[in-house]
This record gives sequence, C-alpha cells and structure tokens, in this order.
Amino acid sequence: MLLEVRDLHVEFHTREGVAKAVNGVNYSVAEGETLAVLGESGSGKSVTAQAIMGILDMPPGKIAGGEILFKDQDLLKLKPEERRRIRGQEMAMIFQDALSSLNPVLTVGQQLGEMFVVHRGMSRKDAKAKSVELMDRVRIPAAKERVNQYPHQFSGGMRQRIMIAMAMALEPSLIIADEPTTALDVTVQAQVMDLLAELQREYNMGLILITHDLGVVADVADKIAVMYAGRIVETAPVHEIYKAPAHPYTKGLLRSIPRLDQKGRELYAIKGLPPNLTRIPPGCAFNPRCPIARDVCRTDVPPLYEVDAGRRSACHFWKETLDAR
Amino acid sequence: MGRYVIRRLLQMIPVFFGTTLLIFLMVNVMGDPIAGLCGDRQCDPATAARLRSEFGLDKPVWQQYLTYMGNVFTGDFGTAFNGQKVTELMSTAFPITIRLTVVAIVFEVVIGITLGVVTGLRRGRPVDTTVLILTLVVIAIPTFVTGLLLQLLLGVKWGIIKPSVSADPTFDELLVPGLVLASVSLAYVTRLTRTSIAENARADYVRTAVAKGLPRRRVVVRHLLRNSLIPVVTFIGTDVGALMGGAIVTERIFNIHGVGYQLYQGILRQNSQTVVGFVTILVLVFLAANLIVDLLYAVLDPRIRYA
Repeated sequence: MLLEVRDLHVEFHTREGVAKAVNGVNYSVAEGETLAVLGESGSGKSVTAQAIMGILDMPPGKIAGGEILFKDQDLLKLKPEERRRIRGQEMAMIFQDALSSLNPVLTVGQQLGEMFVVHRGMSRKDAKAKSVELMDRVRIPAAKERVNQYPHQFSGGMRQRIMIAMAMALEPSLIIADEPTTALDVTVQAQVMDLLAELQREYNMGLILITHDLGVVADVADKIAVMYAGRIVETAPVHEIYKAPAHPYTKGLLRSIPRLDQKGRELYAIKGLPPNLTRIPPGCAFNPRCPIARDVCRTDVPPLYEVDAGRRSACHFWKETLDAR
Repeated sequence: MGRYVIRRLLQMIPVFFGTTLLIFLMVNVMGDPIAGLCGDRQCDPATAARLRSEFGLDKPVWQQYLTYMGNVFTGDFGTAFNGQKVTELMSTAFPITIRLTVVAIVFEVVIGITLGVVTGLRRGRPVDTTVLILTLVVIAIPTFVTGLLLQLLLGVKWGIIKPSVSADPTFDELLVPGLVLASVSLAYVTRLTRTSIAENARADYVRTAVAKGLPRRRVVVRHLLRNSLIPVVTFIGTDVGALMGGAIVTERIFNIHGVGYQLYQGILRQNSQTVVGFVTILVLVFLAANLIVDLLYAVLDPRIRYA
C-alpha cells in the first residue's frame, strides 16, 4: 500500500475550546489508485490532507494520535528535515485557488524551476528548460514565451495547469488534490480533471481527490470515502456508492445533486448544519440531521460496519439504508 | 513606463513652484531680515536701507520670487548675509547629511527589517512582546531625549564616543547620531514589517512553498519576505526625504554641520537666502524620492504596471 492513514486524530486548540477536526480517520491509497474524499466544509477532509503533507499549522493544530504510513514508514515519526525532503519529491499537493496559491511576485518559470533547483540541485538554466518542458506537458500554449510571465497573466485554467505541473515536476508517487476544480469555470473543470487523470495514469501515481463535487468523483475515482464531522462515515468502490449508499448522509448528498429529470421540483437539501467541532454531539455525529435516527444513535458511536468487501458504513442502520432505496 | 515617468516629472513642476513660493512667502513674513542682521542692537536706518536695496528687499515679493527663481535655474542660490555663497554652504552641508542619512537608512533596513521578520514569525511569543514594547517606548520618546541621553551616557559618562563630531565627520563618527536619527523610523519599520510578515505568513502561496518541500529559509526569504517588503520599501523611500531635512534636532545635539544645522542657523539668523535655498533642494529630494519609490513599487510587485 502506498499510503495508509490509521486512526488519525487532529485537534485545533482555539479560544472557544478544542475543535476536534479529525477523529479517527482510516483510509488508504494504492499506487495508481484514485481515492475521492467527499464531505462538506469542515468535515476534516482538507485537514487530513494537510496532516499527510505535513503542512498543518501547528499550533493551533495538533496531531493527537494515529499513524500516517507512507511506503511503510510512519511520517509522524520522521524529523522535520526528512519530511521536507518527502514533500514535493514523493508527494505533492494541488490547491483549490491557483491564483492565491502561486506567488504573485515570481514568474511561473521561477516557481516551477525552484523544484529542480532545491530538490535536484540543478542550475537555474537547466531548471528553466525543465519548466518549459513541464508547461508543454500540461499543454500550456507558447510555453517558451510564457515561462517568464507572472501568475496574474494567466487564465484560471492555465494557472491550475501550472499548479498541476508544479506538483508533477518531480514525479511524486502520491498527489493530493484539494478541490482542484472548484474555482474554475465548468468547461475548464473537465479539461483540468482530464489532464490530472491522464497524468496520474501515465505516472501510475496514487491520487487523493478532495472534493464536494459528486459529478467529478464518478468519472475519475476508484473508491470514495465520505467524511462527516472528522470521521469517515462510508467508504466504498465508486460505482457501488452511487447505486446504493449505505449511510443516510451519503444518501442525502446524492439526493441533493440537481437532476434533469427532477426539473421544476424543489431541490433536496440535508436539513440542519454540520456540528460545531468543539461540541460534536454524542453518539453518531450525524444524528441531529438524520431522518432515521433512533435512541441508539444519540448514545452509541457507530463503528465502521463491514457492509461488503471493501465497503464500510458507520451507521447502526446501514442495512435498512441500503435496502430502502 | 517611460510615459509614466514623463508624466510624473511634469507633475513635479507645479508642486515644485508651489512649495518654493510658499516657503518664500513664509520666510518673508518671518520678519525683517535686516533687523536680524544687526543682532540685538537697533540697526542704523541708513545702513538698513542700503542693505535692503542691495539685496532687492525693497521690491515687491512676487518680483523677488521671480528674480530668485531665475537665479536658481542658473545655479545661483544667492548669498547669505555674511557674504558666503549659499551653494558653498550646500556643498559642505549636503555631503555630511547624506552620510548621516545613509547611516540612518542602513540602521532602519538592517535592524528594522530583521526585528520585524523575527517578531512577525513569532507572534505572541516573548521576543515579539518585548520588541513590541521597546518600539512603543522608542516611538513615544522624542528624538531630543534619546539623543541627549545617548550623548550623555556614551559620550560624557562612559567616553565610548566623542560627544560631538568633527567638522567633516566620517561614517563611524556618525554611527550613534545615525541611530538616534533612525530610531523612530526604525521602530515604525519594525512594526510595519512585523504586521506585513504575520499577514503574509498565512497566505496560500506560502503554504504552497512549504508543500513544495522548500527549506524554511527559502520559504521565508524568497517567498514571504519579498511580498512583505512592498509596504516597507514605500515607507523607507519616503523616509529618505524626511531624514534629509528632519535631522535638525539630531544635528544640533551632536553638532553636525549638515543641512539641519544650516537650516537651524538660517532660521535663527533670519537668513532667508539660506533657508529658501536649502528648502528648495529638499523639496527636490522629496519629489525624487517619491518618484523612485513609485517606480520601485512596480519592480517589487509585477502586478503593478504603469502606463
């Protein structure tokens, strides 16, 4: 297994108390595999990713427990310098907003080339040639001329391509893409997603795709992990989850996708709001919003029940949910 | 860019004439320059009248201004009442003040930015709080207090420096005066850098730089600092003009015969030629410094393009 997150706990110490952002997350990604992590804002999907990358702001963040096994070594036991070497070389991250994620005062060539200068000890000249190559690779037209331009001189889609090129630069074995298409136009979204999927196949990389866009997931992901209030509530191979969700939250998410055959009818929304992470309700965190919640849901935290091979659901009533399609 | 510079230079013309006219008028309402010439005694009316017509002071003010400006453009800043050419005074005073300003700016840049970066990256820690309080103290105490205090302690009590500098001071003589002159601005630079660093440290591109696996030094210097320095450079640039002309107090304390000293003497003796001449040059320095700052801004931040 390329990456295995085991029972990860992350807390943020704030003035209002301890916010438990990640509460025992388990997931894994194999080489060449795409895992989609799904969830609302504040569900802990980005925090988990940042913990894996080692770019969590600490303090206020704190990894309270768990293991992150990457190529069989626990990243949390490594020295900061060892982790730094892994970042960029072995694993890379693509962020949501490419405009703010790229440095406004450096040319894209400088920012791409930096990877080769720092990690490979290349000369600036060679690094620049590499940058042009990378920009060609992500299909940015006139790369040779544009390598000296600044991020603000590119369009949104082109900027995200540069982010992708930067992540791919040293051919890492794991890429974490944190909502890579959210800030883009719908037409550009598909192009960027296709590019990402293509490069992933080519280099046989593991990909963690963090998103709340269920449409994106269906096309590219192999498996899905749905997160709620810092926990995984359901994991499943991608096609199965669309067919038959085994958790009421997943079900709600799927129902809230606008559909053409439902035109004119009111769009479904999961009622209520995600819980405050400093006061996660006892029992199942989803119980105040759950349409089928019973007494047991308010007292007992549901474990991840094995539904099927490679399929788990953290619902006491997963069977009913699965059957009641 | 070229057109922008030309436009800015053209804009300087009215500013230049406006400020010099104002100075000229102010000096004229200061009082009778001839009265000051004779010291405490009453002037002999005949001598006074002779001097007045000799210096052209009997003509209307606007005519005096035009004559003066005409002379300035041929490089003639007039003659002080003691017969010394104002340009001569300038040629000895400006090099000294420029040296003093350089020392002050170096202090601002090196100490101010370093402290700002250190505190900005350690917000809320003991270093940060200590430096913050110190800057507040420095800002709150007037320059003449810090100046006199340092002169008393370092110069008189401990004998580490000479209490006053020589007629043509070298850079090392100007270290303490330069620090005194820089002190308040230095505190501002520290605070400005600190805020800017702390703000930018949370920026997305810094997170990207960390995620790229860059060493911390590189993240701070290449990514964080460059972006954070934009407002600081603006401040330091405009401060050059202020330091050049505003060194009156410091130059008085350490007996430095620079621009501030000459201006002080000029005002004291009601020597209008000296005052107007020096201020005219200072106006030019100010305008030039501002233009350079604006151009530097575009160099530091490629998003700004002048057309």
